[in-house]
Amino acid sequence: MNNKKITSNLASYLVLTIVSSIVLFPFFWMVSTSLKTESEVFLFPPQWIPAAWEWINYIRVFTEMPFHLYFFNSMYIAVLVTAGTCFLSALAGYAFARLHFPFKNAIFLFLLSGMMIPTEVTAIPLFNWMSNLGFIDTHIPLILPPMLGSGGMFGVFLVRQFLITVPIELDEAAKMDGCSPWRTFRSIMLPIATPALATVSIFTFMNSWNEFFEPLIYLNTKELFTLPIGLSMLTTDAGVDWPLLLAASTIATVPILVVFFLAQNKFIEGIANTGLK
Amino acid sequence: MAGGKPAGLATLKSKEMWMGYLFILPIVAGYLIFLFGPIVYAFVMSFTNWSLFGNKAYIGLDNYIYAMRDDPVFWDTVVNTVYFSAGLVPLNIVLSLLLAMLLKRKIWGIGLFRTAIFTPVVVSLVVWGIVWKFIFSTDGGLVNLLIRTFGGTEIPWLFSETWTMPTVIVVSALKGVGMNMVIFLAALHDVPKDYYEASKIDGASRWETFKSITLPMITPAVFMVTIITVIGSLKVFGQIYVMTGGGPGTSTYVMVFYIFKQAFRSYEFGYASALAFILFSIILVLTLIQWKLRKRWVHYEQ
Repeated sequence: MNNKKITSNLASYLVLTIVSSIVLFPFFWMVSTSLKTESEVFLFPPQWIPAAWEWINYIRVFTEMPFHLYFFNSMYIAVLVTAGTCFLSALAGYAFARLHFPFKNAIFLFLLSGMMIPTEVTAIPLFNWMSNLGFIDTHIPLILPPMLGSGGMFGVFLVRQFLITVPIELDEAAKMDGCSPWRTFRSIMLPIATPALATVSIFTFMNSWNEFFEPLIYLNTKELFTLPIGLSMLTTDAGVDWPLLLAASTIATVPILVVFFLAQNKFIEGIANTGLK
Repeated sequence: MAGGKPAGLATLKSKEMWMGYLFILPIVAGYLIFLFGPIVYAFVMSFTNWSLFGNKAYIGLDNYIYAMRDDPVFWDTVVNTVYFSAGLVPLNIVLSLLLAMLLKRKIWGIGLFRTAIFTPVVVSLVVWGIVWKFIFSTDGGLVNLLIRTFGGTEIPWLFSETWTMPTVIVVSALKGVGMNMVIFLAALHDVPKDYYEASKIDGASRWETFKSITLPMITPAVFMVTIITVIGSLKVFGQIYVMTGGGPGTSTYVMVFYIFKQAFRSYEFGYASALAFILFSIILVLTLIQWKLRKRWVHYEQ
């Protein structure tokens, strides 16, 4: 019995170790290659750890392209989209969960249906409208539609589901004291909704930071590129400079990995709690 | 006094109503402008020959007829997309369910493995695609170097009509498996413990327990996750763009890639809208099935 348990535990460890190694290996290989010279990249047998670390690749990332701008663009767009999404979905989520007004549930269901509309379909008319408004090659199409489109709907949904479970006495008491809905929202509901908003922020930031399709269709000027688009442009050129590309990829990946490792339980619980609802 | 109180309540109520509408106004406006409006407009556009350099005229169902009957590329993209889904979905579901089963047990270091396997989920698809493209390079990519070490024949992973799609499928599965694993893990934790106790007393083997207790209990989760994964796989784009560019030949030319090319490289907005709408119809049907099943299951649970 006990022997059987030990064998089965060992088998579990073996499978888990193999899968973990396979999915973590690309990160190791990315960093390792980013520190090689171009001639070392395809050496046989493979060089697991470079002989001399070529930190110069990381400097070249910033001298050979406006990489600091890619980074800054990605960052400020993700922060704006996240802040906006959190605020607007908290506001609407609160209204749907706690306030009474006609057609509330009908409107909510209508909004919910928006989550299944694919960006790939709406992109075509939006591109034309943005173009008529002169917003092509600006960041506006990367900020407004994600904030108010399906990302926003997802946020409203999460906040509403969360606030609906909060005991009703809390805002009834506030109402008795003559609190306006706005004050009740700001000083009672917003703090309570923090866990839901943390989930919303994580998903929104991650999606915005990694978004590829929208920048690809809207941006032409190098200086306006976000990280994913800047990186993808480096692969299409004939003859890829792998150490340079992978150094750039490393820099682009570090922030999201740091946030993930610091708040991993939030990420994972967020997925677990929302995935099935 | 008797008349004053109801009047006060009424003002309060109407104030609350207006505040409610005010609070949802931005998100409702956003929905109309960025989701509902465009989807309706795309539907209208799909009946036109709208392109950047031509006039716009209504041509009825011509776009749809052309796609279905005369456009060989369209069917290629459908076949490739189905190939991708048919490869990715079973691989992803089986692997993530297996991993969730292993991680469910309370043995040392489980948290570390969970974090490790989830890590690719948070990384950009573009970076993930770039690194794997490098690993699968034909001349000197790591996979081929290892094959050479063991004396095998090197394979042009991303330049062979046979190998490219399977390679992209595996790379995509590794990216997404952590997500589904975590959802399954949550579903597994919801299975009542006494069911397992009972089966232990009955002397059921592990496989029997899985087949007759675990699987039926988590069937709703499995169906939900499957449909979500199918929908995601139909929209595959980023990794194709980065790793293969649709090639070699048209072997990885998928639907969204074709829509992207038609709309934003050839500027054939009318035709691209029709293609996009065909994709949307498929997604819509899948979503409706999902909603229907969810309702039934929620009902069962109560």
